[in-house]
Amino acid sequence: MAIKPTPETRPFWEAAKRRELRVQRCQDCGCHYFYPRPMCPYCLSRNVAWVTCSGRGRLHTFVINYRPPRHFPAQEPYILGIVELEEGPRLMTNIVGVEPDPKAVRCDMPVEVVFEDLDEQFALPKFRPIS
Amino acid sequence: MMRDPKVRLRGAIAIVGAGESDELGRLPHKSALTLHMEAAHNALADAGLRKEDVDAVFTAGRNMANEVPEYLGIRPRYVDGTQMGGCSFMAHVEHAMAGIAAGLFEVALITHGESGYSRVGMPATRWGEDSNNAQFELIYGHAGPTTGYGLVATRHMHVYGTTKEQMAEVAVATRKWAALNPRAFMREPITIEDVLTSRLIAWPFNLLDCCLVTDGGGAIVVTSAERAKDLRKQPVYVLGTGEAVSHQMVSQMPNFDRWDAAIVSGARAFAMAGVSHRDIDLCELYDAFTIVPILAVEALGFCKPGEGGPFLSGQRTAPGGDFPMNTNGGGLSYTHTGMYGMFAIVEAVRQLRGECGARQVPNAKIALCHGTGGTWSSAATLILGTEIP
Repeated sequence: MAIKPTPETRPFWEAAKRRELRVQRCQDCGCHYFYPRPMCPYCLSRNVAWVTCSGRGRLHTFVINYRPPRHFPAQEPYILGIVELEEGPRLMTNIVGVEPDPKAVRCDMPVEVVFEDLDEQFALPKFRPIS
Repeated sequence: MMRDPKVRLRGAIAIVGAGESDELGRLPHKSALTLHMEAAHNALADAGLRKEDVDAVFTAGRNMANEVPEYLGIRPRYVDGTQMGGCSFMAHVEHAMAGIAAGLFEVALITHGESGYSRVGMPATRWGEDSNNAQFELIYGHAGPTTGYGLVATRHMHVYGTTKEQMAEVAVATRKWAALNPRAFMREPITIEDVLTSRLIAWPFNLLDCCLVTDGGGAIVVTSAERAKDLRKQPVYVLGTGEAVSHQMVSQMPNFDRWDAAIVSGARAFAMAGVSHRDIDLCELYDAFTIVPILAVEALGFCKPGEGGPFLSGQRTAPGGDFPMNTNGGGLSYTHTGMYGMFAIVEAVRQLRGECGARQVPNAKIALCHGTGGTWSSAATLILGTEIP
């Protein structure tokens, strides 16, 4: 699988390549939001800016997937998670650095971002538990 | 509170025809459009109407709203291709109600046909690499419904203590209905243990927590309550309707432990119908996965938030139970083409007409149909009855 950014998502992927997790923040209502788009989904302001996140958050929910879709290079079960960032937005990701076992993973556990290179151009933000 | 203006539409239209494709299941010898055609043909025959009587066509899915009328040889003067996933057809009923009440058309044909398993005549619609879905979800191995619906199941288990056994109760009870339905795809009895030990798909889902993948079609015909009086079959009146959308990508779901869209669609349907939960004789609750009816009964107000698991336990939704649910065998055991909502409506109509033979719910007067679309993205609810209260 490859990533093909659009003009509105390119800054996110460029930052990820630099090992930086960036989301947008509305300069009018102050909300952080994800995924990238040039308008705040809370107040419709177009006065928005990119900001760098702390990289910390909590695992809101997850599944352990045993049947990867075609074109996804997984041999073993993997954790697909929804992380809620400290700044507020939620995003889908993989949880790494922990066994894909429901006894080892739990909702609300603290996590932090790690970046994994997808290819020469792109790095994917993933998350691992904070001990 | 202000009276809902939709109340004046209670009983304004009726479902007067319902049908399915000649066969359901795995049908590599039929294209998706053939399945639309068979269902449409059978629904019109059921209503005792000719295709010339149809002046509006509603459809959803991969086949465009231009394509289905052409294939059927119908030239509608009103079309609606609203696509909000598997509950689209429930939403179509609401849209048809609006159009009929406004005098825009008189007889609407709502069709579904999908070669969900065999993929015959099904245009591919994989998300493009530059879509938000591809960039922010699929890249992580999100497998679609199995993982998307599971994310909610996990959170619900965490917040409310819902168990896999409670989810399995839904699969077991639904299979008991399927055993009474000769057209159901899976009819062998199963136990809770069978569900819990079936192959893991996406924890917390095992194989038997997941719906079937089949080919098939369904269609209904709706018209004004006035026109319905003179047709072949007993009219099934549309008492209440509701629809809502909350997100598209599951990562953007506003809450993972409740079903926001269904809370809206259900409340709107009950407010319009003017009936109470105790008045509902049976429920057809789209069961893409065992967790879906659990969140549905909470969202629709049959029980409190978090109580869906215990509420649907003890096999009370099985034949003979006090909460008959998914009486055709549901998406879990009857058929699931990809957009099951049409089959829920068809079954409710048949139950209300008393046409269901061994699986007939005695004295069924009011049925609730409720569907999901996308990954908890949308919901639509219908309350149907044999009389206008």
